[in-house]
Amino acid sequence: MNVEELVAKVKEILSDMVKDVVVHKGNDYIEVEIDKDNIIEAAKRMKQAGFDHIKDLTVVDYPKDGVFRIIYNLSSYSNRELSYYIVGLAYNIPRDKPETVTLYPIYTTADFQEREAYEAFGITFKGHPDMRPLLLSPPVAEMKPLRKDFVVKEEPIDLK
Amino acid sequence: MSGIVRGTVGFNDLKLPGAWTRKIGKDLYEVFIGPQHPGSGHMRIIIRVDGDIIVEAEPDMGYVHRTMEKLSEVRTWIKSIPLFERMAIHDACNVTLPYVRAVEKLLGIEAPERAKYLRVLLCEINRIAAFLYGFGIFGVFLGHSTMYMWPFGDREVWVELAEWLTGARLTHTYPVFGGVRRDVPAGFTDALRKAIRYMRRRLEDYRKIFVDNPVIRSRLEGVGYIPRNLAIELGITGPNLRASGVKYDVRMNHPYEVYDQLDFEIPVFQEGDAYARVLQRVEEIKQSLRILEQVADWLDKHERSPILHDRFWKTAPPLYKKVFQEQGRAKLMAVYAILKVPKGKAYERGETARGEISYYVESDGKNTPYRVRIHSASARNALVYKYILPGHRVMDLPAIYGSIDYFPPEADR
Amino acid sequence: MEGNGGKGEGKVYVGNLDVAAKSARKILMSSLRLGKLVDWGTAFSLWPVHLTTSCCGCEFAAAWSPRFDNEQHGALPWIAPRQTNLIIIEGTVSKKMACAVRLVWEQMPQPKFAIAMGACALDGGIFYNSYNIVRPWEIIPVDVYIPGCPPRPESVARAIVELQRKIKRDGVAHKFVEEGWRPDKEYVKPKEDVCAWWRG
Repeated sequence: MNVEELVAKVKEILSDMVKDVVVHKGNDYIEVEIDKDNIIEAAKRMKQAGFDHIKDLTVVDYPKDGVFRIIYNLSSYSNRELSYYIVGLAYNIPRDKPETVTLYPIYTTADFQEREAYEAFGITFKGHPDMRPLLLSPPVAEMKPLRKDFVVKEEPIDLK
Repeated sequence: MSGIVRGTVGFNDLKLPGAWTRKIGKDLYEVFIGPQHPGSGHMRIIIRVDGDIIVEAEPDMGYVHRTMEKLSEVRTWIKSIPLFERMAIHDACNVTLPYVRAVEKLLGIEAPERAKYLRVLLCEINRIAAFLYGFGIFGVFLGHSTMYMWPFGDREVWVELAEWLTGARLTHTYPVFGGVRRDVPAGFTDALRKAIRYMRRRLEDYRKIFVDNPVIRSRLEGVGYIPRNLAIELGITGPNLRASGVKYDVRMNHPYEVYDQLDFEIPVFQEGDAYARVLQRVEEIKQSLRILEQVADWLDKHERSPILHDRFWKTAPPLYKKVFQEQGRAKLMAVYAILKVPKGKAYERGETARGEISYYVESDGKNTPYRVRIHSASARNALVYKYILPGHRVMDLPAIYGSIDYFPPEADR
Repeated sequence: MEGNGGKGEGKVYVGNLDVAAKSARKILMSSLRLGKLVDWGTAFSLWPVHLTTSCCGCEFAAAWSPRFDNEQHGALPWIAPRQTNLIIIEGTVSKKMACAVRLVWEQMPQPKFAIAMGACALDGGIFYNSYNIVRPWEIIPVDVYIPGCPPRPESVARAIVELQRKIKRDGVAHKFVEEGWRPDKEYVKPKEDVCAWWRG
């Protein structure tokens, strides 16, 4: 299966939900943009099609556009052909209202990863049964450290 | 299995062992294990026990969270390699290689063939050292101090080889964009072959004292059973996944470097218990030794040739080239410090000793990454504790913890 | 017989134990010169606690492996804080781990010592600008620092030998027995409550 066939397959699985498909460099990673409201339905269909786990949940902050981009990078263990590829289910949510729905009922893998996104970006995944910080202690998690407006201090090299 | 669900309200169709627990009543109490515990792990597991049966377990991670993802955003591309290395310093090459490859993808370059073989060489040396490290810690967990002493002693063989090759015991920073830092020193492959012979002999000793030890077998067999479909559902990875009967290895499913030209097998066990995970690791060491033999043969057959991509190597002053021809060291050029990576996104994964690590790298054309997202093998395996521990006795916890080969700094990043 | 200002109603006191113990200590230490013995004994019974704070733990573990064998210096990692008197901070201490370090440190019996291992434990090292770390010297008094990232196992051995030398040279242990505290080290109290996040 080459990447064109994969794109065609994903378009067939998700049919009208697909807004945009981007094939990234290396031809093994495609990013499928969908609407925020369709994410649960899309995830269900993807899981039925053999994408059985979330490789990782990436959130990227774009302060200029005022959005968080949430990318569920799906892949497969059971299907040898699909396992070569990563399919990113991506959608944007507004930065000032960081709320979305959880994929935990569909993908158990999302459990800790959504908690990580919650502590680092302050995104609430509605329906997640255990929405607490995972890695950070609560006072640090309140700073929402991975947002772009949280700036890490760079200490100058002082040779006194 | 009566009524009240904690932790997973509303998802009744899941039927996971850990998803269904009893209500916390008078006779249940909480036990906090770690972060200070006899196995020196940097992680706390909060368990709720009924008598000595664990009914609910909750991994409390983050004791070694050093914010690598954020720090990489304020560092130049090359400086992030030593940063990410600190995730698992005894597995440094495997951990940083996917990042290097992701950036190479964005740059549109590929390492020369010799560099690819050298990367595989160090990857496999690291893998064996990391497996031995895991065995040693497992020995501590089980109170089997010989199994701590032997693998840690034998690990020094591989650490020494890596030090000879790269100059550092653990933090090699060996793969850089477009190649590697050093060529093999003279006489390296002979020492490597000697180490391979030694390791094969030692594996036989391990089998006698640990793997076939009736005490160890009775502690591990049937403990921490992960069925195949649950392993896929939880997305666990590495030897733990393969011990549950899933034939998945990044080296096979998404071959990188020269793994598709080498002859090796992906061992798979169907049992899925702690004992199968031990056997799995022993088999993986054997396969790594096989790969190393082939790499040594290849290196013997081929003359020294540039180990950095032409894009970088052509900027090197004549002195650097002379040093490389004489000593095999490629000094890094100034171009690395001012490297700007073209806009784009790349996703790359690699097989570390503990499983699959994946990097999502996004560049906006500046000299620092816009976003690097790392998801490491141990972070993925941490779900096991939440969903597999319930139903076991407290005394099985060290066996399960050790058999997963969980390394907290890698998980917490 | 009543002691302590006659406040011990219904209780029998057999002299002031504190005073008695102190004078006994004085006699033993001055006339029998037990001080050296105490220092010698303490120097060769350093028990590092099993608390790994970060990735330098790899080299910490290797330091007790057959090749380097730190046990020959009279130090062996032991399980519980109550049975140990040395803490080796291996690398970065995150804010979450700081609480554990402090709790373990407070539980250890006196006289106790601390070694900070690795560049991160000195002053942050490669993670100097991370938002989730604390410097170990802010939470516990450190005796010996080991530079390196990670330090080699030999330097762990060297640090332990240096600590033994320090104990014998400064008489840390017998001064502790005489005074009741370590005169060479100030009491370090964290500026802020490191466990505040946990207590809630």
